[in-house]
Amino acid sequence: MRDVAVIGVGETQFGELWDKSFRDLGIEAGLRAIQDAGITTENLDAVYVGNMSAGRLIDQEHVSALVADYSGLSDMHLPTTRVEGGGACGALAILQGWAAVASGLHEIVVVGAAEKMTDVGETKAMEILTATADQEWESVFGATIPGLFAMMARRHMYEYATTREQIASVAVKNHRHGALNPNAQFQKEITLEAVLKAPKVAEPLGLFDMAPLSDGAAALVLCPLEKARRFQDTPVQILASGQASDTVALHDRRELTTMDATVVAGKRAFHAAQKTPSEVQVAEVHDNFTISEIIAIEDLRFVKKGQGGPATEDGQTALGSKIAVNTSGGLKARGMPVGATGVAQAVEIVRQLRGEGGKRQVGNAEIGLTHTLGGTGATAVVHLFGRVN
Amino acid sequence: MAAPRFWREVQSRYNLIGTKCGSCGTVDFPPRTICPKCGRRSFGRMQRFKMAGKGTVVTFTVIHDAPEAFELMKPYVLAIVELDEGARLTSQIIDVENEQVKIGMRVEAAFRKLGSEGGAGIIHYGYKFRPEM
Repeated sequence: MRDVAVIGVGETQFGELWDKSFRDLGIEAGLRAIQDAGITTENLDAVYVGNMSAGRLIDQEHVSALVADYSGLSDMHLPTTRVEGGGACGALAILQGWAAVASGLHEIVVVGAAEKMTDVGETKAMEILTATADQEWESVFGATIPGLFAMMARRHMYEYATTREQIASVAVKNHRHGALNPNAQFQKEITLEAVLKAPKVAEPLGLFDMAPLSDGAAALVLCPLEKARRFQDTPVQILASGQASDTVALHDRRELTTMDATVVAGKRAFHAAQKTPSEVQVAEVHDNFTISEIIAIEDLRFVKKGQGGPATEDGQTALGSKIAVNTSGGLKARGMPVGATGVAQAVEIVRQLRGEGGKRQVGNAEIGLTHTLGGTGATAVVHLFGRVN
Repeated sequence: MAAPRFWREVQSRYNLIGTKCGSCGTVDFPPRTICPKCGRRSFGRMQRFKMAGKGTVVTFTVIHDAPEAFELMKPYVLAIVELDEGARLTSQIIDVENEQVKIGMRVEAAFRKLGSEGGAGIIHYGYKFRPEM
């Protein structure tokens, strides 16, 4: 297998983008990544598109060929593939692109991911998200995605004495980070009190414990590491890609406060890269809910099991501490165009490792991690990225 | 959703029918074709198994923001219940004040309306759980 580098990154603004269609978003992110890589579209060999539910959100399937078509690539007849895995689509698309380049199947590929969530109402969008849970044995009984994560939160509070304030402090931190990201949906700080007093969604979680339903897209250009410097002065290596699955229904899991898929995907990635969690300076983890970040930092072994709450409250995962988690603002503040998440996370990590983090730059970032979830943890993907010296 | 989709599952949703693995004895609900514990050894050895319908609340939430089909029920309690046979399921908890629901609470299955296809469509029935009598 060949080493693979990211030579270009691009993303759109995230938010409620009424004037932009799905294809507008995909093209914008893709062309920015191609421009950033200093290549032209003639250099491309394949396109991988992460997207969760265009079929239900905009009544459009077959979006991989569509995005390539409207990016002016139809005459090249490139192989284009859509990848789906709940909210982890984007991360899975990176994995497919990485595998294609690593194996020698392709030389230069674009990995894009996009989601357009605001062309349907909020209730409908939430129902579509809930389709990543078990429709026959969870949703039909009244389960919602917020409800399922709320049940994890309740159990975490019960088992580890995690407090409501500690859980809420994830949102406060990620909004503080998001305020430094010009592409974030929410560039505004919020107080702990605001999180605690927000309307209830699924107790103990409220509206500010949840990531928004967003429009947005992000893209990467990948090529073999040995060729990377021809295109990019500051390539970033994909050190490892780890993926794991688990039961789709939350009630069938071994534990409700640990996501085994995250634990296993993390172990696989760290093992393949021969790195340890303590070597990571910057991480983007899947904070679709506040509790998700607490569970993720524990499962990725950044903190001990049960210590995610106190560690977050103490600022141990904020910018300026030993590990900075969700410097982009995370799903919470950057926004959650659900299937685009994994690629948006990778864009942030690549920027950090290149030293292009602006006001939110993590000093001396050498190793970065992304962690992406599908459903309530039935899929988890962990990528490790490294600065090339 | 089409009526057959509900009709196919009525055995389990009405009568709590699951499976017991003839190889390792693991009880699963809903029924499984292959035992997640012993895999290949369970082929052709999964037996129908009726749950007694009693169990304990493992975790719960009160849902305020509900899908359209559940709009009239909110706020409602949703829980993960561990049946005495060992399998776990997701269900609403009823016949109790929302504030009274606790982790560790004993509950039993009740036959209830789950929802319907619009205002005049087919009604779906199944289990909800209530405090043990």
